[in-house]
Amino acid sequence: MTAHAMSHTLAAGSGSGWLAAFTHPYFLHAFLAGSAIALAAGLTGFFLVLRAQVFTGDALSHVAFTGALAALAGGYDLRLGLFAATVAVALLIGAIGRGGRADDVAIGSVFAWILGLGAFFLTLYTTSRSAGNGGAGVSVLFGSLFGLSAGQALTAALVAGSICAVLLLIARPLLFASVDEAVAAARGVPVRLLGLVFLVLVGACAAEATQAVGSLLLLGLLAAPAGAAARLTDRPFRGLALSAVLALAEMWAGLGLSYAVPTLPPSFGIMAAAASVYGLTFLKGAGRGRDHEKGRNGTSRPARAFSRLWQTATMPALGDTDHE
Amino acid sequence: MTAARTASVGAVTDPAADPVAPPVVSLRGAAVRVGGRTLWSGVGLDVGAGEFVAVLGPNGVGKSTLVKVVLGVRQPAAGEVRVLGAAPGRAGARVGYLPQRRSFDASLRMRGADIVRLGWDGDRWGLPLPLPGRFRRGAAAASARIAEVIGLVGAEGYADRPIGQCSGGEQQRLLIAQALVRRPRLLVLDEPLDSLDLPNQAAVAALIGRICRDEGVAVMMVAHDVNPILAHLDRVVYLAEGGAVTGRPGDVITSATLSRLYGTPIEVLATSDGRLVVVGQPEAPARHVDRHEDGGRGAAVPGPRDARANVPADLAPFAPAEPGPSGPSGPSASSASPAPPASPVSEDVRRD
Repeated sequence: MTAHAMSHTLAAGSGSGWLAAFTHPYFLHAFLAGSAIALAAGLTGFFLVLRAQVFTGDALSHVAFTGALAALAGGYDLRLGLFAATVAVALLIGAIGRGGRADDVAIGSVFAWILGLGAFFLTLYTTSRSAGNGGAGVSVLFGSLFGLSAGQALTAALVAGSICAVLLLIARPLLFASVDEAVAAARGVPVRLLGLVFLVLVGACAAEATQAVGSLLLLGLLAAPAGAAARLTDRPFRGLALSAVLALAEMWAGLGLSYAVPTLPPSFGIMAAAASVYGLTFLKGAGRGRDHEKGRNGTSRPARAFSRLWQTATMPALGDTDHE
Repeated sequence: MTAARTASVGAVTDPAADPVAPPVVSLRGAAVRVGGRTLWSGVGLDVGAGEFVAVLGPNGVGKSTLVKVVLGVRQPAAGEVRVLGAAPGRAGARVGYLPQRRSFDASLRMRGADIVRLGWDGDRWGLPLPLPGRFRRGAAAASARIAEVIGLVGAEGYADRPIGQCSGGEQQRLLIAQALVRRPRLLVLDEPLDSLDLPNQAAVAALIGRICRDEGVAVMMVAHDVNPILAHLDRVVYLAEGGAVTGRPGDVITSATLSRLYGTPIEVLATSDGRLVVVGQPEAPARHVDRHEDGGRGAAVPGPRDARANVPADLAPFAPAEPGPSGPSGPSASSASPAPPASPVSEDVRRD
């Protein structure tokens, strides 16, 4: 991170405004990969929120951490472990949960164990390969968007673009299956298959987002834009588009902020923008009664999602969660 | 009204006898097994176009399973099932389906009209794009049909509200609109009146009856209590463990028929306002696995038949439910009635 901060400082002297940012390869790469990842996260997140599966994204963030560190410990490309782990676990969750919808207990029982495994791999990696990248744990947890090479950025953009394409292709039947499973099934929509395909997309998206904002923060990119979009419109496809646009805007805002103030890491900028936008949407409803926003148990769905995020973030050290 | 309806019931009677129009739904000796236990068997039924048929029986007898068989989601263990002249599940959009459900999550922010629209094109891949000009023909047709069907169920007033904020009755009307939007010839409803209050039960029942008559849509409805729909019914299917009886409501819902079907003394009483009350109905078999479970595993031991049958049982009102607050809310009881034995009996035991 110091490297890009330095190169930024050097170039700032040329002073040709924002466009100058794109003369820095690190920023160009971050912009390319970040934009594609944001779009994928916005689209995927919308359905995650709609299907009340935000918790799945949460579980996958832990898996992403473990997978990445397992690959590093084994001497492989970090992304290999990332994708293998998130997609495999997404499928596992789908298999355990009924009808392709993961349920909370299934996820909860798996992911605490997986996180413990991540701690194990981290120890393994730092002890056996300490000559290598000592900050690997941190960059997996918090992302390293400004550290992407051209090849990495291109790969990330292509994968994210594919996620978007597949998701848009299945968007309508997936919406049907999410809202009205029994009727959709009776109409011939392959409900279970769609649920699994969606989970694979979520897994791939989590792996992508880990590279951008880190495994600890990826839920913010998945849930915040989608939650905000759901608060702003009650038309499903408008909400889907809005979620993607918000995610993209938040990504750009975060990158811009981080560029302008080099001491702020991009992950912080992106999360700050995401949280601010989500917070601002509450102003919209402030005038009218709020009761209709509440779910049965008195909290809104996004609120529940974020309380889970909070619990995750404040979870004590990684090592001691090895319970069933 | 009751009398008039009775007459019309007589007129429509036997669609199977009509050689011209093939029945919309036809079951011949159908049986279903769940986890090794036969839920019901020997079900024979013909539903003609524009007929309103209720599927009755105590909890757990397999009413929803019958629906699944008709939808093609579950295969019958025996017998023949045809829907619109083809194997079940092949009729696609020509069958509208309203599953048993509680309701939408209150936080679901999707307009009722969007829910209806899913019934129109929700099974197509891709997503609707905002296209300009001449490409919009299909979209215009869709909007027109959606508006039409929303009008048909009288949901104009709340179709633009998020469905999570609609009342149970409003949601049910919107879902009926969703099931109707592709102009099905058969409407399959699984306990659509279940969680509604009495006035709404009557109103939704009247709506379904009207759709059935005016649009010529055959209706198959699983019901817990027959009273709200009694006035609209053409025939009933009464399921019991191992058997079933089909026939006109007046023939089937009688003390004699139901006692025979369930092998236990059952009395059908008529209240002064015409509701029917079934006394002595067997309890649901305790071992029953339950309708929401996908069958398979559960079914435990077939216990002795109706061990508890003689407990002074449920009162199931059975009335010519007139749309509108129909009288005193009678015994809030429920399970409608037990079913008669063997063949469509035709002793004339009308009670009105």
